[in-house]
Amino acid sequence: MTLINDTHIEVNNLSFCRGERKIFDDLSLTIPRGKITAIMGPSGTGKTTLLKLIGGQLTPDQGSISVDGEVVHTLSRRRLFELRAKMGMLFQSGALFTDMTVSENVAFPLRVHTDLPDSVIGDLVLMKLNAVGLRGASELKPAELSGGMARRAALARAIALDPDFLMYDEPFAGQDPIAMGVLINLISHLNRALGHTSVIVSHDIQETLSIADYVYLISDGKVLAQGAPDQLNGSEDPRVEQFMKGRPDGPVPFHYPAQSFEEQLFGGSQ
Amino acid sequence: MIQLLQKLGAKSVNRVAAVGRAGQLLSQSLIAKPAPMTMLPLLVRQLYFIGVLSLVIIIVSGLFIGMVLGLQGYTILVDYGSEQAVGQMVALSLVRELAPVVTALLFAGRAGSAVTAEIGLMKATEQLASYEMIGVDPMRRIIAPRLWAGFISMPLLSMIFAIVGIWGGSLVAVDWLGIFSGSFWANMQASVSFSEDVLNGVIKSLVFGFVVIWIAVFQGNDCVPTSEGISQATTRTVVYSSLAILGLDFLLTAMMFGDF
Repeated sequence: MTLINDTHIEVNNLSFCRGERKIFDDLSLTIPRGKITAIMGPSGTGKTTLLKLIGGQLTPDQGSISVDGEVVHTLSRRRLFELRAKMGMLFQSGALFTDMTVSENVAFPLRVHTDLPDSVIGDLVLMKLNAVGLRGASELKPAELSGGMARRAALARAIALDPDFLMYDEPFAGQDPIAMGVLINLISHLNRALGHTSVIVSHDIQETLSIADYVYLISDGKVLAQGAPDQLNGSEDPRVEQFMKGRPDGPVPFHYPAQSFEEQLFGGSQ
Repeated sequence: MIQLLQKLGAKSVNRVAAVGRAGQLLSQSLIAKPAPMTMLPLLVRQLYFIGVLSLVIIIVSGLFIGMVLGLQGYTILVDYGSEQAVGQMVALSLVRELAPVVTALLFAGRAGSAVTAEIGLMKATEQLASYEMIGVDPMRRIIAPRLWAGFISMPLLSMIFAIVGIWGGSLVAVDWLGIFSGSFWANMQASVSFSEDVLNGVIKSLVFGFVVIWIAVFQGNDCVPTSEGISQATTRTVVYSSLAILGLDFLLTAMMFGDF
């Protein structure tokens, strides 16, 4: 395991339930500053929920999450919003503001958090849109963009303020191979050049592992495995191996917990 | 039996919790450091969507209700030879009751449902979460301008409704049925008191506006973020608002005019 000296985010003994269902059970992990950390795991393990907990949009049932040494869920509302101004988040759906054009969306964080003149904001927006290949789409409304384009525009907005810490929720989903390559380079470049701390939640194993410094594999509310990408690729744990190689059969169930198929199928006729 | 009690208890707890959340929403959105430079453009935009775009339905309804009042009033009063009092009847009915109540009902249907659906959809598409993560409080940016726009628009719309209604009444009574315009307006002027009738009507419309827009933003913000959830929240806005308007109208009327 890599020795983590400078911790940016620390999750301690986190438990979180949605109704009766336990999403996290005594989960602990640390996210190092200035590195790209990938959080992976089967669908429904609460990876997006973890990002929302880090961002203070949800409150843990037990345990704590600290960002820069501050326990997120104990912060006052004002302080929480100040902390969020230093974070960037790329939502799975993009979550662009539908009443604004693409360029207005990207300019929005700059307008509310800085006193920069309009001309400078305009230049910054152009740069960010150029980085994601959407300079030509600046005057389009979000409804006119495809899913992949909307996510790229949302990425431009997330990086508009050059935040200290970026959370990417499925950044590669729905991207064509060219856009995928550009995004991988962009995320990697942002991290190396500006020293952002990045957390990527993704199912695209090869793409994510190609840029991640450290990987957490989460399953059943706990950390199943962690380490550098090579360590996980070479893991002999059958559960890790099944996920990393995408095998349908193995100890990690594909099906959501249910009674046996046979019983359910023939139960009514017997 | 125990299960029934449990369900009843859970429902009651949910209702009380919802009232608490609605109060929290109100305090979080309204109690804050004033930021006129940011708030003013947002407020003007919402005044347009909530107030100006409701004008057509308010004016048309006001006109027809005033005309119907004029006609009905004339038909009844003419039997007693008191048709000159139509103006007084139309004005008092409108100013005291119909303008605030009907405007609020129309307002709930036109603007309230639109506000709920808009906020609900913003929640479903994670736009509210996105504001939060950018470090902008959606309570201040989204909820507060809509609340203020509702408070401001409703009394103005109610006044416009009353004015157009009275004009509609005069169209029927004076221009069509031939009542002497001097007695129509003089009777009205003599019997409508500003401090009792007009002011009480304005107070009613302020209360209704507050309740309707509060219900609308709360239902939008509290809805289950799915298409079904938004549809249910929109329905709840119209139903709860209408019931609240009618219930409160009785209470307010009893308080204002009940000292017999």
